[in-house]
Amino acid sequence: MGLRRFGRLVKWVGGNGRRPFSTSSSSSCDEMMVQQIASGKSLNLYSAINQALHIALETDPRAYVFGEDVSFGGVFRCTTGLADRFGKQRVFNTPLCEQGIVGFGIGLAAMGNRAVAEIQFADYIFPAFDQIVNEAAKFRYRSGNQFNCGGLTIRSPYGAVGHGGHYHSQSPEAFFCHAPGIKVVIPRSPRQAKGLLLSCIRDPNPVVFFEPKWLYRLSVEEVPEHDYMLPLSEAEEFILENWNCGTQIIREGNDITLVGWGAQLSIMEHACKDAEKEGISCELIDLQTLLPWDKDTVEASVRKTGRLLISHEAPVTGGFGAEISASIVERCFLRLEAPVARVCGLDTPFPLVFEPFYMPNKNKILDAIKSTVNY
Amino acid sequence: MHQWMRKSGTIVNHFKSLLLVTNNLSSWRSYSFVKRSQFAASFAHNLPVADRDFINSSTHFCPRRFESVKSEKIANNVDDNQALELPEGKVKFTPKLRFISETADERECCYRVLDENGNRISSSNYVEVSKEVAIKMYTDMVTLQTMDTIFYEAQRQGRISFYVTAAGEEAINIASAAALKIDDIVFPQYREAGVLLWRGFTIQEFANQCFSNKADYGKGRQMPIHYGSNKHNYVTVASTVATQLPQAVGAAYSLKMEKQDACAIAYVGDGGTSEGDFHAALNFAAVTEAPVIFFCRNNGWAISTPTSDQFRSDGVVVKGRAYGVRSIRVDGNDALAVYSAVHAARDMAIREQRPILIEALTYRVGHHSTSDDSTKYRPVKEIEWWKMEQDPVTRFRNWMENNSWWSDKAESEARNSARKQILHAIQEAEKVDKPPVADIFTDVYDSPPSHLCEQEKLLREAIKRHPQDYPSDVPL
Ligand SMILES: Cc1ncc(C[n+]2csc(CCOP(=O)(O)OP(=O)(O)O)c2C)c(N)n1
Ligand SMILES: [Mg+2]
Repeated sequence: MGLRRFGRLVKWVGGNGRRPFSTSSSSSCDEMMVQQIASGKSLNLYSAINQALHIALETDPRAYVFGEDVSFGGVFRCTTGLADRFGKQRVFNTPLCEQGIVGFGIGLAAMGNRAVAEIQFADYIFPAFDQIVNEAAKFRYRSGNQFNCGGLTIRSPYGAVGHGGHYHSQSPEAFFCHAPGIKVVIPRSPRQAKGLLLSCIRDPNPVVFFEPKWLYRLSVEEVPEHDYMLPLSEAEEFILENWNCGTQIIREGNDITLVGWGAQLSIMEHACKDAEKEGISCELIDLQTLLPWDKDTVEASVRKTGRLLISHEAPVTGGFGAEISASIVERCFLRLEAPVARVCGLDTPFPLVFEPFYMPNKNKILDAIKSTVNY
Repeated sequence: MHQWMRKSGTIVNHFKSLLLVTNNLSSWRSYSFVKRSQFAASFAHNLPVADRDFINSSTHFCPRRFESVKSEKIANNVDDNQALELPEGKVKFTPKLRFISETADERECCYRVLDENGNRISSSNYVEVSKEVAIKMYTDMVTLQTMDTIFYEAQRQGRISFYVTAAGEEAINIASAAALKIDDIVFPQYREAGVLLWRGFTIQEFANQCFSNKADYGKGRQMPIHYGSNKHNYVTVASTVATQLPQAVGAAYSLKMEKQDACAIAYVGDGGTSEGDFHAALNFAAVTEAPVIFFCRNNGWAISTPTSDQFRSDGVVVKGRAYGVRSIRVDGNDALAVYSAVHAARDMAIREQRPILIEALTYRVGHHSTSDDSTKYRPVKEIEWWKMEQDPVTRFRNWMENNSWWSDKAESEARNSARKQILHAIQEAEKVDKPPVADIFTDVYDSPPSHLCEQEKLLREAIKRHPQDYPSDVPL
C-alpha cells in the first residue's frame, strides 16, 4: 500500500463565514465560478460539486437532479445553472417534503436512472429516514437482488457553520452508518468532493453524501476540469491520468494516527502541525467513506504508530468514532500503547451561542494527542 | 371500516366465496357492500356481457379494473337506488364511468371584508371589532413592521446572525392573534412573531432572544427568531417545517379531554403543507375530533419555490375536505377578514369540537430570510405590486381612518414610539451577558446525567488551558 503524501492541502481563503447558507451570494460570485470552470483554475467546494453534477448530467442522459429550491441553484448554489443547461425535466424543484424526495428518488433509481436527490440540510433528512433506512438500504436485499435503487445518491450539507444552532449544524452521519445497504461518503475538499460525488452517483448502491457546508466557500483548491472519480472505501493511493487525485492518508507520521472526515480534517491538520512543532509525528487519515469503511488502512497505520485518535463534530456517544475505536481495539489490541482517544462534539443538541465550546477544536485535539502520546 | 367488517362477517364470508369463483376482482372489499341478494344474481349472470362504449372510451385500462367497473354498472342496472350502507353514510352507485375532476369548475372563493382601499364591502358579514381592539391591532401591526425593519438592519450590521420578517403578513399575524384567547395554545412555524407580540411578549423579550443573551428563555441555544414563551402559551419555534402540526392536534386533544374552553392553533406556510406532517395532522385532527385550527399562510413562495412547484390543487383550502376538515379561504391582507374567520373558526372548533383549516392568501413581501435574495428568483415588479397595492397595514389603516379611529398624528406617534422602544431594546439586549457555560449541559434532560457532568468538567479544564479559544462574553 503506497502511503504517499497527498500533494496539496486545502487552501483557505478569507471570506465572510457568516453567510454560507445563503441564496444571496453576489452574482459576481456565480460569475467567478463560471470563469473558474472555464479556466480550470482553483475552485471552491460548492463549485466543485456543481461541476460534478454538470458532468453527471452531461455524461448520462438518464441522470436527474432534484430537491427543494434546486431549480434556481439551491440555497448553497450547488445546482447553479443546471436547470438552464439540462432543462427543468431533469433538474427541478420538488415540493417541500424530504420523505417524498427520497421515495421519489428510490423509484426513479429502481427504473435504472441516476437520481441525485438534494436534502437542503442534513438536519432535515429525518423525515426521509424511513425511506433511506427501511427502503433504500433494503431494496436490493429484500428482493433477492431482483430490484435495486443503486442509482440513488442523496446529497446533503452537514455540520457546523458558526451560527447554525440546532437545525443548521448537525452531523447525522452515524445514524446512517447503522443502516447496512447504503454507503455514507463525506468529502473534505473541492477536489475530493468532485471525484467522490461522481463515484457516488455512478456507484451501483444508494449513497448518502454529506457535504461540509462550512467549506462550501472557504475551501478552495485546484480541481481537475475533466471527469474523474475517486474510489469509495479504499485507501490505496491511485493515480488517474497522471493526477494524484487522492489517497486518504493526507499526512504521514509515526507517533499517532488521527482519523476524521469532512470539515473536521482541516482542524485536525492544524493540530498535527502544532504537534509536529513539539516533536510528535502524526499520521492523518481521511476516511472519506464511512460505510463501508476502510479498516485495513486504519489498522495498518495504527500498527505502525501504536496510537489512535478519532475526531468528529457529532456527539461523542454513539458517534462513528465509537465504531472505529471498537474495530481497531479488536484488531490491534496488543499493538496499542494508549487508549483510543475521541475528540468529538458534546452530548447535547447543537447549541448556538455555545458552538465554540461544543466543537472539537484544535487545542482539544492537540491536548488529546499529547496525552495519548505521553500515556 | 374494520368494525363494520367484523359485524358483517356473514356478508364478507359470502363474498369471499364468490371471489374464489371469479378470481378477477382486484378488491373484494369494494364488492362486499353491494346489496347482498342482488349482487350474487347480477354478478353471476352479467359478467360476460361486454360494455362496448366502455371499452371504446378507455383502451388502456388495466383489465382488472375494467372488470370491477363493469360489475358496478351491472349491479346498478338492477336497482338505480342502490347504495352502499357505510357507517359514514350511504354511497350511491352510478352507472357512469366518471372520474372526479382534479379541479372544481371554479376556484374556491376568498373571503374578504375590506377592499384594497380599506372600504368595507357592503354585503360582507364579519365579526365586529371594537375601537379599542382595532387600535391595538393597528398599533401592533406598526410595531411588528418597525421591529422587522430594525432587526433586519441589525442583522445586516452583523449585530445578530439571522432574521426573518413577517413583511406583507402583518394582518395575518396580528388579526389571527386578536381573534384568539390567551388560553389557546399556539404552535408557530417561524413567521408569526406578531402573534406573540399581540400576546404581550415585550420588545425587550424579542431582542433578548435575537441577541442570544442570558435573558433569552431559550438560553441562547437557538438561532434568532426562535421565540417561545410558556406564559404566553406560545410553543418554542423549531426550524423544522411542519413538525408543529401533529403536535398541535395532540395538544388540542388534551384540551378536549380536559373540557377546556380553548383550542390549539398551528401555523404553517404553503411549503409546509407538502410535508407528511401536514397530512398526518389534518387526518388525526379529523379522526380525533380535536379542537384545532390549522392556519396556512399561503404567501406564494417557499424560499425560491413557487406554489406551482409545491402543489397543483386549488391551493390549500381544498385539502381540508379530503380529510373531513371544515375549511375557509380568506384574504390574508384583510385584517377584518382574518379576524372574522379565526373568530368563527375558534368558536366552531371549541363548541363543536372539530378541526378547522384556514388558508390565508397573501404574499411574502420580504426575502425568505436574511440569507436570501429573492430578486434572484422572482420579479421585482411582483414584489412591488404586493408591497404597494396590497399592503395589509395600509388597508387596515384606511379602514381605521374611515371610522375616525386613527389620524396622521396617531400614526407618527405610534411609529416613533415603536422605533424608540425597539432601538432601546436592542441596545439593552446587546449589553446583557451571554448565558453561562453551565447552560450548555442543562435541559438536555430534566437533570444532567453523569456523562454530561463529566463532559462539563472536561470542558472547563479545556477552557482553563486555552481561554483564548472561547468567547469572552460567555460567563464561565
Ligand atoms: C423539514 C424542513 N425541510 C426544509 C427546511 C428548509 N426550509 C426552511 S423554510 C423553507 C420554506 C418554507 O416555506 P413556507 O412553508 O411556505 O413558509 P414561508 O417561509 O413562506 O413563510 C424551507 C424549505 C426546513 N426548515 N425544514
Ligand atoms: Mg410560503
